[in-house]
Amino acid sequence: MIVSESHQAMHAHGTALLEPAPYAIPSRKLTMWLFIISDAITFGALLFGYGYLRTASTDWPAPFKFNPSILNVMIMTLVLITSSLTMLGAVDSAKAGDKGKAGRFLWSTIFLGIVFAGLHIREWFGLIDDGVRLFQNPWGSPLFGATFFSITGLHLLHVVSGVVALAVIARGFSKGRLTAGHVETVGLYWHFVDLVWMFVVPLIYLLNLSR
Amino acid sequence: MIAKYLPVYFVLLGIAGLEVFLAYQSFSTTALLVILLALAVCGAALAVMYFMHLAQERRSLFLSLIPAVIFVLLMMNMIWSDSFRLLHMRPFPH
Repeated sequence: MIVSESHQAMHAHGTALLEPAPYAIPSRKLTMWLFIISDAITFGALLFGYGYLRTASTDWPAPFKFNPSILNVMIMTLVLITSSLTMLGAVDSAKAGDKGKAGRFLWSTIFLGIVFAGLHIREWFGLIDDGVRLFQNPWGSPLFGATFFSITGLHLLHVVSGVVALAVIARGFSKGRLTAGHVETVGLYWHFVDLVWMFVVPLIYLLNLSR
Repeated sequence: MIAKYLPVYFVLLGIAGLEVFLAYQSFSTTALLVILLALAVCGAALAVMYFMHLAQERRSLFLSLIPAVIFVLLMMNMIWSDSFRLLHMRPFPH
């Protein structure tokens, strides 16, 4: 029976790789990068939409007082950036083969992500108590609530799903089912979530300070 | 293990703190927007290059990803003339 070279290669190596990986990175990492840039454009579109509505409005509310809103945002920023640092520790430990350390760093990242989400939800309840809804608020343009909740809500959704993904990866890696490459890939996603927050804070909060 | 990332970590925290400080100075909205965006882009660049390790990847990966994103985000700026039109030609008085 004549077997083609490609079939021989497949059976010899047990993989379908017949050529070098593009950019010399695993496909899961490239996929995550492609997802990140598409998600960056999605957030960009939402932030541009918010900017459009804010510019076109004569009565955009500026409700964020230093205490408690901006203080809360500063703490959330510290928590999220620190979670990126612990994620880096997890990736480096995983690559070095230290499962215990990688696990501790991963669970620290998860904990910080949960703290961030908790602070954010507490802030939401505070604004809802003040009368802010999706299409009304006591201060000005009714679209303030729509833009605020949709942008911060989409970011919060990314944080929560990132926490879930981190937990799945942490468990899989500790049991030996997943590799350091998986930890690195979810790390890319987590850093992206942090990166988006670095744009949300100045555009949504700092440009709408209550003086 | 994370010691080598601490300089970037502290710079990112510093950028965040600087943004809050500058937001309370008496800049016009446009000037503040430009300053805050510039600082945010610097922070994002540091995070992408050093936290996400794009600086250590092949240059072709950087060139495939980043210019396209920047191009798309810059192209979104075409909406501003319409928002100013809405602002100045509002059909209803406020």
